[in-house]
Amino acid sequence: MSDKIIKQMYDEIGEDKNILKNKNVAHLMINYNKVIGMNGVPGLDIDVKELDDGIDAKITLKKGTKVEKPVHICFGMLYKDGVQRIVLDINIEENAEVAVLAHCVFPTKNKIKHIMDARINIGKNARYSYLEKHVHGEYGLIEVYPKAKVYLDEDAHFTTEFNLIKGRVGLIDIEYEAFCKKRSILEMNAKISGSGDDIIKISEIGHLEEYARGALTTNIAVKDKAKSSVFNKLRATGAYARGHVDCKEIVLGEAVASATPIVEVLNPKAHITHEAAIGSVDKKQLETLMSRGMSEDEASDLIIKGLLS
Amino acid sequence: MNILSVENLSLIMDEKRILDNISLDIWDNHIHAIVGHNGAGKSTLASAIMGLSGYEIIEGDILFFGESLKNLSIYERSKKGITLGWQEPARYEGLKVRDFIKTPSKLNNEEINDLFRMMGMNPAEYLDRSIDKTLSGGERKKIELISILAMKPKLVLLDEPDSGIDIASIEKIFEAVKQLKENGATVILITHSKAVLKQADHIFIMCCGKILAKGEPEKIIPVWEKSCTPCNHKNNPNENELGEIK
Repeated sequence: MSDKIIKQMYDEIGEDKNILKNKNVAHLMINYNKVIGMNGVPGLDIDVKELDDGIDAKITLKKGTKVEKPVHICFGMLYKDGVQRIVLDINIEENAEVAVLAHCVFPTKNKIKHIMDARINIGKNARYSYLEKHVHGEYGLIEVYPKAKVYLDEDAHFTTEFNLIKGRVGLIDIEYEAFCKKRSILEMNAKISGSGDDIIKISEIGHLEEYARGALTTNIAVKDKAKSSVFNKLRATGAYARGHVDCKEIVLGEAVASATPIVEVLNPKAHITHEAAIGSVDKKQLETLMSRGMSEDEASDLIIKGLLS
Repeated sequence: MNILSVENLSLIMDEKRILDNISLDIWDNHIHAIVGHNGAGKSTLASAIMGLSGYEIIEGDILFFGESLKNLSIYERSKKGITLGWQEPARYEGLKVRDFIKTPSKLNNEEINDLFRMMGMNPAEYLDRSIDKTLSGGERKKIELISILAMKPKLVLLDEPDSGIDIASIEKIFEAVKQLKENGATVILITHSKAVLKQADHIFIMCCGKILAKGEPEKIIPVWEKSCTPCNHKNNPNENELGEIK
């Protein structure tokens, strides 16, 4: 049964599940509240407790460990509706390095609420990259609530990207807050396209100490009656902190979008910039593609595909 | 044979008359140039032929192979084989060069690679890059020309094809223009550069929304240099001056 579910998940994602047969690839596969697959690699501890409505996982990467191949994590909810609650406690110890490729797969007609509550500690000079790709059904019945508190120690580096690669949003409500110590680097990106009556809410906040750097980037496209609101904030408390908040939203049809980029600088030697652009598809881009033989809809789709790629 | 005829065309933009009763014939498989100073109406004429938004035709018509373009969208015009290269090509965040060129292309991958090499570019270095601010204006211009060559159009409007191009690349641009002609296309170059004018088989001088003179380059380039460089009538020609130039 587990193999069947994993195969279905990877078919939905469009990737080859055979990668999980590689002993050097760490992975954790969750369907609802059950662990259906798990593999560790030296230096990486994965401890999972099954809850009534999800799982509670503690993942620790030991000091100095560099995991060569990306760790695959998959959260799915096949053949069931209801709530899936994921509690994550992630510790990347000093000088350790890992990239995680996370897939959240909810492709069915079921009404699902996926709640992720994460606490992420990234030690001194450690690097943690978290790429989260979602596959949803076409029915707009999924609600996703990814929440995370991220703590970066000195010289740590955290990169995260959220992508909806297939299906309707339903409701996505992202809340990330990161606390960045000296010389650490924070990069948070979200790329989402909404349609129908989808709702997209994004709140990303970064606190930057001395010489820390941060970039919050959000690219959204909404059409039909979808709504999006983005609240991104960088707060610089240390000297020579640098950062940029960037939000681009394309609005089509009766969709509504709002963006609130906030920069707060509490040290005169810090420098934070912001840029927000909301509007329909750029006229020149559209007309160029139409002059190359594309219909208006095809041209809009290609421009949006680029923005969200 | 005429591929395109502009007949008594007058056009307004923001309540200002930009084109004033213009008529001209564009011959099949020739390189035409329309030369004039800034504000003469050259780019607006190109926009009107392509059907871009932002202006209103108040009189006249544009015929392509005898058929009116007036009520056709940009897309419909491009399907008939008309396309336009912008003075400053658009930037697209995230859109790969490969996807931009593939969309209109009637060529296979190796033929597209040959076009890159013709433009002095290594295809492997560019195909997976985004058409964004990481590419210079000149690089975007050459990529735009590759996309135009790849769609095998019948009529190509090139607005200031040498603008933003370094000296070493200008010859590549001219080579692409010649290639378009060899492929059977008709080209209209919008310019105020003598180097570009020299590529043309036939030239129109435009000023204040009117066609002032037309003819072979040997006849028209001296007129342009004598009467328009610098502009003797400050973009406001009276009838006498028009007469002199004609």
